[in-house]
Amino acid sequence: MTYTAIAVVGVLAAVALDLWVARTRLTTTGAWWAAYGIIVFFQLLTNGWLTGRGIVRYAPDAIIGTERVTFVGDGRLVYAPVEDLAFGFALVLTSCSVWVWLGRRSGEEEA
Amino acid sequence: MSLPHWSYVAMLAFCLAGTLPLIPAFRLRVLQQPRRLLLTILAAGAPFLAWDLHATEVGHWRFDEAQTLPWRVGGLPLEEIAFFVVIPLVAVLTYEAVRAVRRRDRADRPPQRGEVR
Repeated sequence: MTYTAIAVVGVLAAVALDLWVARTRLTTTGAWWAAYGIIVFFQLLTNGWLTGRGIVRYAPDAIIGTERVTFVGDGRLVYAPVEDLAFGFALVLTSCSVWVWLGRRSGEEEA
Repeated sequence: MSLPHWSYVAMLAFCLAGTLPLIPAFRLRVLQQPRRLLLTILAAGAPFLAWDLHATEVGHWRFDEAQTLPWRVGGLPLEEIAFFVVIPLVAVLTYEAVRAVRRRDRADRPPQRGEVR
């Protein structure tokens, strides 16, 4: 599977975890989307650093775009392959979902 | 090691510098629940780390040796493994900070009709 394909699977798995497995339903709350909005802004900044400088380099046959590192376009946004947005979304949602699920289990809702 | 070798470390430090101050600012009790936090990082980070190991193995991406520290585990720089600790932590802190702000805002205004607190 390409990075593009795994990224799509990652997003679907994270949403399934949130809605049906852990049943934390964070994606139905404004609080989580507000947090994600903040995080995705900083993801674009920090990931732009990693990809724009070539700290991480991608194989052209694994992504929608090519090996050409452009600011916007050619399947990239702020230098990073758009697939990274899916990767980040899945990782952030999974982290928050597990955190909230564990909190509910232990009765420690607030933090 | 020259300064460019710390490029990836700098990004992780930036993430922590931006979110750790949320703990005192909003009196978050995240660090007081080390077991819950550790399990979250393990459970959320592990599948993504496995994905990363696979992607690096098959060559979906690679890391610039001139801009990472020399140590590798399973082909990954240590920074990339730390990424899967830092990002779940950053995600939890941001989410809890947003919730803290919302709780405070709710407490500041009179209750709405039928509102459950």
